[in-house]
Amino acid sequence: MAPPLLEVDDLTVRFRTDAGWMTAVDRVSLAVGEGEALGIVGESGSGKSVTALSILRLHAAATTRMPTGKITYGGRDLLTLPTREMRQIRGGEIAMIFQDPMSSLNPVLTIADQIGESLRLHQGVDQATARKRAIELLELVRIPDAARRVDEYPHRLSGGMRQRVMIAIAIACRPKLLIADEPTTALDVTIQAQILDLLRDLQRELGMSVILITHDMGVIAEFARRVMVMYAGRVVEVAPVGQMFRSPVHPYTEGLLSAIPKLDVDVRRLPTIAGSIPDPTAVIPGCRYSPRCPLVQEACRRDSPALLPAGPEREARCPPRVAMITPSKETVA
Amino acid sequence: MLRGILMRLSQAVPVLLIFSVMVFMLMHLLPGDPALAIAGPDATPEAVQAIRQQLGLDRPLPIQLLEWFAHIAVGNFGESITLKQSVVSAVVERLPVTLSLSLVSLIVTLPIGIGLGVVAAYWRNSWIDAFVMVLALLGVSLPGFWVGILSVLYFSVQLGWFPPSGYVPLTEGGFWPWFASLIQPAIVLALFQIGFLARITRSAMLDVLDQDFIRTARAKGVDEWTTIAKHAFRNTLIPVVTVLGITLSLLVGGSVVIEQVFALPGIGRLIVQGILNRDYPLVQGTMLLFGFAFVLINILVDIIYTFVDPRVRYG
Repeated sequence: MAPPLLEVDDLTVRFRTDAGWMTAVDRVSLAVGEGEALGIVGESGSGKSVTALSILRLHAAATTRMPTGKITYGGRDLLTLPTREMRQIRGGEIAMIFQDPMSSLNPVLTIADQIGESLRLHQGVDQATARKRAIELLELVRIPDAARRVDEYPHRLSGGMRQRVMIAIAIACRPKLLIADEPTTALDVTIQAQILDLLRDLQRELGMSVILITHDMGVIAEFARRVMVMYAGRVVEVAPVGQMFRSPVHPYTEGLLSAIPKLDVDVRRLPTIAGSIPDPTAVIPGCRYSPRCPLVQEACRRDSPALLPAGPEREARCPPRVAMITPSKETVA
Repeated sequence: MLRGILMRLSQAVPVLLIFSVMVFMLMHLLPGDPALAIAGPDATPEAVQAIRQQLGLDRPLPIQLLEWFAHIAVGNFGESITLKQSVVSAVVERLPVTLSLSLVSLIVTLPIGIGLGVVAAYWRNSWIDAFVMVLALLGVSLPGFWVGILSVLYFSVQLGWFPPSGYVPLTEGGFWPWFASLIQPAIVLALFQIGFLARITRSAMLDVLDQDFIRTARAKGVDEWTTIAKHAFRNTLIPVVTVLGITLSLLVGGSVVIEQVFALPGIGRLIVQGILNRDYPLVQGTMLLFGFAFVLINILVDIIYTFVDPRVRYG
């Protein structure tokens, strides 16, 4: 098998808060293949956005300790890359779009300027060419009347249009990897579907790999091939998307799935996961999900569980459950 | 654009009306009889009556107010009692001094004030930030007249770099003597403005640096310098331009003190003279002109605003 496009190994990110140091991302490892769509799902505070920001080293420098671990891209470790080379990767090889399109565009620069900046920076084209390419990109992200829109300021565009502009900026230099951090969360439901369709078509046309971060299981089901579930800074389950929906291994994944409303079942009240996500500065011995887990056992509260293989392409951080689905060697023998 | 400017000008009319009524009332809110006060304790009753007639104080109040408006409307701001000339001509004579002082002071203030604010914000919470903020605090808290006197003692008397006082018009001595007579008072006058502007700029810049679009710029691979200069700076200017109107007004106000310290024959000194000599028409007239200038400055700032922030369009 070809080596993955991007490989994250044991990434740990720590923040300084008023209550002391907190670990936002705890030894997270992931890999994205060429042209693959990986979904990262989890509640707010699960560390999914911080993981994504750390890949491009865009985390807040003042309050974050330098992330540890290894992020391998093209044979180089992005965490130790000199700033100048890192800037060539940002926007050129790996691009990113963010949650809130209303605030992610600069209000005093025209669309042409903001898209063109990427092109001038990474491909060294002149202003006129950059403007022409910006119009083409706006057409590619299906903005009507692109030639007129290109000279406008962001406040003249709707939220959905602005997110399309953000996507145009991101794909301007044909990146190999696009990181989309909750790209549809701030948008209306109808617009969400359009943006997802657009992202999926672009991924196919341009052959990009995509890491899509969301808390919406529906978005994951539509978009990703493989899913990584995060809880309280740790990866709790990795699975191909169909398998995860059919047979989740980790009780947390199960909880998330049962909280999705189903059209064919009439329920008065949606099931929820009891309790709430732990205070990030709190020290929880053993499994971090154990205080909320309906299947908790004595050992769960004591020993920190490892991420165990649970079938082909599958891993889960729940020893009791993994033991149930993969019979141990003794029982087979 | 033109419609917007006209609209702003029409909004200024009620402001100026209210302001001019307040200035008019100055004469009538003073304790006792202004005519008596002007004439002095030794004046004969006839002399007092003459002044009263000259000022129109013997007529009913509404008539006086209407007359006041009628005079302002045709640009008649009254006659100075002590200078024996019209207030307008007295002001026009001294206007170049105050304008020169304000202009040189503004040219010193803008780059230094805004520059210090940007530097402090970029290296926030470092010793550079702390140093700049202490300087800014000194600038806004040290009284101008005191710094002015110390500065004259050191730079003019001890070192002899600048003339200690007086003003050389541009038309008489050329650029350098004019500049040398102004640079010291202009810097002293600028200290407060610099401190004020540095603090405003710092907090505006900190706000902008936390915005999502700065992260977008970095995600594009934009270098730090361009992030600050292109993406952050213009957004920082939006709140800074807003307070610029206030700063300019403070500049004119500050010149009242500084002109006194450096013996510059400007409008600030004219007001002080008028107050000391109980020359009420002179005080009223200059106040009125200052008021008009403030309103005009703020309209100008509003117009500049439309160039800085594309979201703002008047009309």
